[in-house]
Amino acid sequence: MRQIMRPKQVRRQRSDPAPSRLSYRIQRWMLTPGIRMALRVGIPFVLVFAVVSAYLADADRRAAIQTTIADIRTSIEERPEFMVSLMAIDGAGPALADDIRAVFPIDFPISSFDLDIETMRDTIAGLDPVKSAIVRIRPGGVLQVDVVERQPVVIWRSRKGLALLDETGTFINTLTSRTERPDLPLILGKGANQNVAEALALFQAAKPLGDRMRGIVRIGERRWDVALDRDQAIMLPAQQPVSALQRVIALSEAQDMLSRDVAVVDMRIGARPTLRMTPEAVKDWWQIREINGRERERRIAETSGH
Amino acid sequence: MTDLYQSQRAMRQMRQQALQRGVIAILDVGSSKIACLVLRFDGTSKLSDDNSIGALAGQSGFRVVGAATTRSRGVQFGEITAMQETERAIRTALQAAQKMAELRVDHVIACFSGANPRSYGLDAEVELEGNVVTENEVARVLAACDVPEYGAGREVLHAQPVNFALDNRTGLNDPRGQLGQSLTVDMHMLTVDGDAIQNLVHCIKRCDLELAGIANSAYVAGISALVEDEQELGAACVDMGGGSTSVSIFLKKHMIYADCVRMGGDHVTQDISMGLGVPMANAERIKTFYGGVHATGMDDREMIEIGGDTGDYEHDRRRVSRAELIGIMRPRVEEILEEVRARLDAAGFSHLPSQQIVLTGGGSQTPGLDGLATRILGQQVRLGRPLRVHGLPQSATGPGFASAVGLALFAAHPQDEWWDFEIPVDRYAGRSIKRAVKWFRDNW
Repeated sequence: MRQIMRPKQVRRQRSDPAPSRLSYRIQRWMLTPGIRMALRVGIPFVLVFAVVSAYLADADRRAAIQTTIADIRTSIEERPEFMVSLMAIDGAGPALADDIRAVFPIDFPISSFDLDIETMRDTIAGLDPVKSAIVRIRPGGVLQVDVVERQPVVIWRSRKGLALLDETGTFINTLTSRTERPDLPLILGKGANQNVAEALALFQAAKPLGDRMRGIVRIGERRWDVALDRDQAIMLPAQQPVSALQRVIALSEAQDMLSRDVAVVDMRIGARPTLRMTPEAVKDWWQIREINGRERERRIAETSGH
Repeated sequence: MTDLYQSQRAMRQMRQQALQRGVIAILDVGSSKIACLVLRFDGTSKLSDDNSIGALAGQSGFRVVGAATTRSRGVQFGEITAMQETERAIRTALQAAQKMAELRVDHVIACFSGANPRSYGLDAEVELEGNVVTENEVARVLAACDVPEYGAGREVLHAQPVNFALDNRTGLNDPRGQLGQSLTVDMHMLTVDGDAIQNLVHCIKRCDLELAGIANSAYVAGISALVEDEQELGAACVDMGGGSTSVSIFLKKHMIYADCVRMGGDHVTQDISMGLGVPMANAERIKTFYGGVHATGMDDREMIEIGGDTGDYEHDRRRVSRAELIGIMRPRVEEILEEVRARLDAAGFSHLPSQQIVLTGGGSQTPGLDGLATRILGQQVRLGRPLRVHGLPQSATGPGFASAVGLALFAAHPQDEWWDFEIPVDRYAGRSIKRAVKWFRDNW
């Protein structure tokens, strides 16, 4: 019988596990922190960058991408939720409302993304008759402009003409004639618009003068003159003009001073108020003094004749 | 001597660099295996809260992050005999350890056992210039040691001051700052064949690594296998390796003697191979599985298949009893231990206060070895395993890794050596003028 022998398993000589110098060096190289970093971050970055830049190198593709982005943007902006169809202006008179509409010739409907609310508010607030403005987009597609108008309190007559000022002296509008606003007091002179508050206090104090009051004049950008009818004037000091005016008015009420033939009441030096009379009054006064003088001589002569 | 200073200092500097970088490799070049550990240093070790040393004996400053072993090639008796082969083996171990650590290692500390280590005891005495021992005085007394003629072609591997004496007080570890008249130092110097070092340096250079230190494996095995009190009271560490068995004696935590028996486990394997007529690989396997040194009646009945690769059925199916195997192994192990005994006697080990002997190394795993060693070396014999260190894999905790672990401890806490002290000024002689000129040139 044939002997059945298992084929002897050829035990393979175990290969030397030693790495070659090259593989050893490569492994050490790969374990170097800088190289590892470069492989983990640098190469992916470079690859992505290369692919993206290769794709974008073609101008048509760039344009296509830009068009797509613009289309998407427009389609979002033009949704009805974002459209503004009219402008509502509250708190402004018809003239001012027309002005505002003239400043912003917006053709509605427009997307709210295209409206620059900040600039609009600054521009509206920059208009002369506007004190403050709130601009917002109200739900329902309404551009809401809330305006607080400046209220004119005085008329300022200067070389340029008549101007309406508010209580802070800010210019509001021009005026063609004084008769348009007879209710407002009048101030004159250079620099009068910078002292409107003081002027208003003077007008308040001058209430007892009634309609004799014509206006007040700023003299030398320093002090006020109160101008009355019959060309009368009250010259007020630079300091505390209101109390000086009150003194004059008190005097006038007690002694009817202002209704006499007085041209100027000079209160510039408080300790020495001075009156200037009209030339006719002076002349009359001299006549009277002359007459009085003759009378006295005669009387002296009579007494001496006795 | 200046040469020695320079090369050793260069290595010390390299070690400083490696510690700063925080990564260093440990390479144990043995005759049967090459072990590589990669250490990562995480700053200085901290003591535990109650200032005790802690479970890891204060060795928590580093962590083993990579470990690899490979079969050694081209190393016999602990010396490199085939450079290319050894270089490949070192590369294998390093590559595997680096891969495990995922770190690139540039500095390596190596140890080897062979190259005929020889111990010298040096001493010197100087009169102190002042009353206080300063660092300069220590350097002066170290420099005053007269170096014996250790022969051409040999190099100093370790030179450690082991004891200082001030006047009549001896046993000082650190005499600095103390008062006295004359300072005496005892130093232990270990020389090995220079060629062996050169070969190792060359192999490591070929692997693109920087050598940051060399140690004798008898010394580092003692560091890791002896416990603290044994090192203090005096003990011998017998590292039974593959190609050589190295002996080191420790006293007062310093190595005072080291020697090497050029026989080891490989010779036992060779005996088995010759006695049974089997290949070396088979003999190694039989030795590790069935080896022993103490036969009992049971061993007569336990039959071992010794195998073979000839193709002859009868030859390949031979069986021997375990007693026969032990009969082959025992005389060689006895011979090795006798040699160790002779070396210890020559070193005067019997005069030490403690006669503790610690067997470690791969060969110490032979069953029954402690009994045999007790008969030959004396009563106080134990088997030693290396100290536990952070992160050491389970596979590397056996006694075969005593020198690798010891080298890791050595890297973390190097002992002061001769060359760590400044060379005293008068030794510079001609160079001092040059240094002064150079200083002026650099600074003005």
